[in-house]
Amino acid sequence: MSALVIRNGHLIDPAAGVDAPKDILLKDGKVAEIAGTGKLKHANGAEVLDAAGLVVAPGLIDIHVHLREPGQSYKETIATGTAAAAAGGFTAVAAMPNTLPVNDTADVTRWMQAPERGANVRVFPIAAATRGSKGEALNDFAALKSAGAVAVTDDGHPILKDSVMRDTLVAAARVGLSVIQHAEDTRMTQGASMNAGPVAFKLGLRGMPAEAESGLVERDIRLLTELRDSRAHLHVAHTSTADAIAAVRQARRNGLRVTCEVAPHHFLLTDEHVGLYNTNFKMNPPLRSAADRDAMIEAILDGVVDAIATDHAPHATHEKEVEFERAPNGITGLETALGLCLHWLHGEWKMPLGRVLSLLSAQPAAVLGLKGRGTLAVGCSADAVVFDPKAEWTYHVAETKSKSRNTPFDGWAMQGKVRWTICEGRIAYARS
Amino acid sequence: MTPAAARRTLQSPPVQASSSPYNPGSLLSVENLSLEALSRILDRATALTRQDPLERARILAKRKVALLFYESSTRTRTSFELAAKALGCDTTLVSNLSSSIEKGESLKDTGLTLRALGAEAIILRHNANGGPWLLEQHTRLPVLNAGDGMHEHPTQALLDLRTILAHLRGGATSMGPETLKGVTVTVTGDILHSRVARSNMLLLPRLGAQVLLCGPKELLPDVAATTGPAVRIERDFETALRQSQVLMMLRIQAERLAGLQLDLDDYKRGYQLTGERLHSFAPQALVLHPGPIIRGLELTGGVADGPQSAILEQISHGVAIRMAVVERALNGGRA
Repeated sequence: MSALVIRNGHLIDPAAGVDAPKDILLKDGKVAEIAGTGKLKHANGAEVLDAAGLVVAPGLIDIHVHLREPGQSYKETIATGTAAAAAGGFTAVAAMPNTLPVNDTADVTRWMQAPERGANVRVFPIAAATRGSKGEALNDFAALKSAGAVAVTDDGHPILKDSVMRDTLVAAARVGLSVIQHAEDTRMTQGASMNAGPVAFKLGLRGMPAEAESGLVERDIRLLTELRDSRAHLHVAHTSTADAIAAVRQARRNGLRVTCEVAPHHFLLTDEHVGLYNTNFKMNPPLRSAADRDAMIEAILDGVVDAIATDHAPHATHEKEVEFERAPNGITGLETALGLCLHWLHGEWKMPLGRVLSLLSAQPAAVLGLKGRGTLAVGCSADAVVFDPKAEWTYHVAETKSKSRNTPFDGWAMQGKVRWTICEGRIAYARS
Repeated sequence: MTPAAARRTLQSPPVQASSSPYNPGSLLSVENLSLEALSRILDRATALTRQDPLERARILAKRKVALLFYESSTRTRTSFELAAKALGCDTTLVSNLSSSIEKGESLKDTGLTLRALGAEAIILRHNANGGPWLLEQHTRLPVLNAGDGMHEHPTQALLDLRTILAHLRGGATSMGPETLKGVTVTVTGDILHSRVARSNMLLLPRLGAQVLLCGPKELLPDVAATTGPAVRIERDFETALRQSQVLMMLRIQAERLAGLQLDLDDYKRGYQLTGERLHSFAPQALVLHPGPIIRGLELTGGVADGPQSAILEQISHGVAIRMAVVERALNGGRA
């Protein structure tokens, strides 16, 4: 494999504690050398990328995406989804198992990582916790792990039965996998298509109460408390309510291994944004009240949130061009996450750049235990994003690399333009 | 910066969706209807009712209007059809039970098909909330919302208003923010599932009326009071009756209860409008009901047929209002 030098850039690597001008040599898919500007010793013959005026950071890691393969390649393929990821600065994505068939076997897990899929960045499959994600019989976690699965979840079909969730936590801990829960007590959300509250009432839509999320998070934390001595790790996916965040905060104080992620739409938008049944603002968990949205911002700023994850969920245009209640849940997010985080978290709310980048790389890598990722220390995977932190631009979905266009952020102001995305030493995206 | 301070400086991302229709002839919600536009509709309704039928039939002669109905309807469908025909329109009815909708054709494609067939406006009754916005967005035709799910039923609110004005304001048509000052309208019954209630709650307070909502929690959640400052909840039916000049009774929508268990005997004890209650607590009040009525449930047969009932009058006001909105639709928003 050829060597690559990123020269004259400003390296921000939160996990390594670096925030300084550095040149970096990438070789054989790994970080080979880091030195002050112009001081690399082994860079002869390497291809050079001039990063003057740009930030060089560990490649972004999105631990919650839906790549739709196998089974729904009309919405997205692993190739197109990872092309969108690379354009957004991501070098690794963790793919949810709600595929057709459900990813509940080592075969599917391996199939998703096969070179024939044409992945443009690294794909880490997350396997189903139970057979067919039906919430009953546990899958073979050891086999899934050795096939490459990095966590287990039933995602959109949350595990409601206490005994099954307890067994999942125990069995996953035994093989060193995290359990990710989409916290929604689906008994409370039948027929609902948005957040419960004044907006839902006015629109005449059945609402999902915030308690459907927080109640299940509290239940899961209780189960974890009962298993106190195990290494069980619960990760709360796409947290959207103040009460759920409060439960995570408290669990952490009590020393439990509970982590959580928040999606950009949940710290930027509220149920008011649904407007008049705009299906590009329909997802699950739904956009919540302003108080919930503010709680997400606060939790991100004060460090309770471990990761920003997009819940990238592509759907074909014709599927979204229907009556609101009939439209599928989900929005795309890989191409807008960095631009929104830099514009809002860093630009508007003054979160230090290093902390924003950490939420998008080092911390999500730690959540899923992705070794050698999320940092650009020597010997680690040569995953980097090079971007202009000052550049302001507008997102136009017409230019998306994804197969789908279901974003609420078309026409939104973004900050920070990706110049190169480098995955395992290979240029996965270069802005022309 | 502390999180709290950050929150204070939080510049909320803009709410982009606009409630204004794409086509100025559309009537999707009562919310974006200005008082001026409202007055024009009421004025035209009266003028058209008085006009010579032969002359009236020339106003929109041979213009094509499609009625697209995804739910059963007697009053709304018939009165829209009669209204359009009274102005000379050719109408065609497409219903979900006898069309390609049964074969899975989407609302978008059904709308585009009607447009290709020459429809110049579409009157839509849809079981899903927001259907009219979707149809208008894709066809760009004037769309008249004839009821969408549990959301809105704007022409019902307009005909209710015309009925109230006929009784309490001598048939006035010029609307201002105090036109209904001092008038309390109590809406009783299944408000949670009622598009009629929602449209009235949005419309009547803009004319100065107070709206009281009455019913049990299952059918009237507390959140209903957030609809507007002049909208309040009064759980006790008799207390509400005492304050009211207008009583709007609603049917229990069995088709939308979605598993909700309701003891109908309890309901009747608490909220049925009986002759005795009317006589004791609201002997002057006007009784309205959007229909269909279920005699012996939300009101007794005696009240429905009694002297305070304007239920059948509402139906004829419906034709008048719908003539005005069909005319407005085909005149590019000018009534």
